[in-house]
Amino acid sequence: MAEPLLRVEKLVRRFGGIIATDNVSLDVASGELHAIIGPNGAGKTTLISQLTGHLEPHSGSVSLGGRDITHLPAYRRCALGLARSFQITSLLLDFTAADNVALAAQAHAGTSFRFFADARKEKGLRDAAHAALDRVGLLHRADVVVSRLSHGERRELELAVALASKPKLLLLDEPMAGLGVTESQRMVKLLQELRKEVSIVLVEHDMPAVFALADRISVLVYGRVIASGDPAAIRANDDVKRAYLGDQHVVTHHG
Amino acid sequence: MKAFTVSKAATALMLAGLVLLPLYSQLSGNVFILTLFTRIVILALAAASLNLIMGFGGMMSFGHAAYLGIGGYAVGMLAQEGVGSGWIQFPVALAASATYALVIGALSLRTRGVYFIMITLAFAQMAYYVASGLARYGGDDGLTVYKRSDFSGLVNLGNRTQFYYLCLACLFAVLILIWRIVNSRFGLVVQGLRSNEQRMQAIGFPAKRYQLVCFVISGMMCGLAGALLANNTDFISPAVMYWTRSGDLMVMVILGGMGTLFGPVMGAVVFLLLEEFLSQITEYWALIMGPLLLLIVLFGRGGIMGALGRAGRG
Repeated sequence: MAEPLLRVEKLVRRFGGIIATDNVSLDVASGELHAIIGPNGAGKTTLISQLTGHLEPHSGSVSLGGRDITHLPAYRRCALGLARSFQITSLLLDFTAADNVALAAQAHAGTSFRFFADARKEKGLRDAAHAALDRVGLLHRADVVVSRLSHGERRELELAVALASKPKLLLLDEPMAGLGVTESQRMVKLLQELRKEVSIVLVEHDMPAVFALADRISVLVYGRVIASGDPAAIRANDDVKRAYLGDQHVVTHHG
Repeated sequence: MKAFTVSKAATALMLAGLVLLPLYSQLSGNVFILTLFTRIVILALAAASLNLIMGFGGMMSFGHAAYLGIGGYAVGMLAQEGVGSGWIQFPVALAASATYALVIGALSLRTRGVYFIMITLAFAQMAYYVASGLARYGGDDGLTVYKRSDFSGLVNLGNRTQFYYLCLACLFAVLILIWRIVNSRFGLVVQGLRSNEQRMQAIGFPAKRYQLVCFVISGMMCGLAGALLANNTDFISPAVMYWTRSGDLMVMVILGGMGTLFGPVMGAVVFLLLEEFLSQITEYWALIMGPLLLLIVLFGRGGIMGALGRAGRG
């Protein structure tokens, strides 16, 4: 098998006495949509934060395209092609939608130590921003200040911002969180389109969405990967059933 | 077409007033008003520089007066040592301010929020005590500048009108520069960092580098104001670096409207005119000034510029 795009090996992260990430290893192949699911408190966001560089692991390693990125800061990982969306929407609230996306494009298009030329008149950046907004269906809201966008629109904007950096790998932390039914359906459709262009790691609670989208699923419970495989295998897996049906000591028993 | 707004009209009126002031002073024979407004223009320049980091960059520096002192002492000390040329004094003032800003910024920007305010304040107080200890240059008593900076006959700083226009030109140049910076790639990154640092890191911007460069640019602008101030008063003393002066600059910025281009100028004009006229009425002018400022800040969200903007809409 070829070198995976993302390889996580024996990652460990503790918070005091709690092991939030317990020897997690997983591979994401190029072109794959890899979903990470698990009950609340399973350590999904902790794991994502270590992949993006917002949190240092205590041991283990993360590599992207064969390059060890375990100790690189977030902004360097981004330059290497890793983009993320936040579980709790994190945008520049007093900027317009287009400005939010254009800044992401700017981060990947030459130096930002330019002091005189009007950045909002740089055609390359504006075009990239508009293309990314169009991709997520927000083009008509380009010049609206983010604080005036609806929650659903902000979720889509998160995605546009991530796309604007032309990533190799997209880490999506619960993109459907807080979305209504129709909004969720639109998001699933959108992700179905995007996955043709970019590899995706998807952390999500919405099970129908996960099973509809994922090539592979890893199940995280109490910081450990208890199962990993294609959707059919995960559906049939006994450990997973127990974890989700609430018979949790069978699971904790492992650790 | 952009609509005519009250805040734009007020700004235009203020700028026209500043440009025409020497004419009024000449016609009315009121020399004092020109001296007063020279000081106002210089401190407006300092407030505008503070606004660059505070209003646009979200860095609440409580030690900005230090640059007034550094710029001023660069002029005063060189003059004392027999270097009277402005071509040397002013670049030295800018370089010294930049160096100070680089060191202070590199240390202070490791902190955020209240800690940033306190650490910038602490450094400025250190600068104040260092200046007080300069026995050769007057120590506590300050240093008289016997000869104003000499720009080889190009402008005569001894001439009130010429000096006023030099200060005004510096203010306008700095405002234009700030305007360009704010809308540039660099400026958008700095403002993005004010808005949401985590997001900016996630899309690939190392925060500190941009903030530090912004901090240094702002410090140099204020150093320029310091060099002009020493020329204006023919005197420089540690008092200009005292923390209350840093507080005054902050008040001017907040009063005028943080994060607006002309707000700090408006704030400086209103603040210093109030101070001037209230102190003529009563010895206890601060008793009136304090509550007045409090009211403006509490009820005029966004300062004077914010209030004018609302008046234009409503």
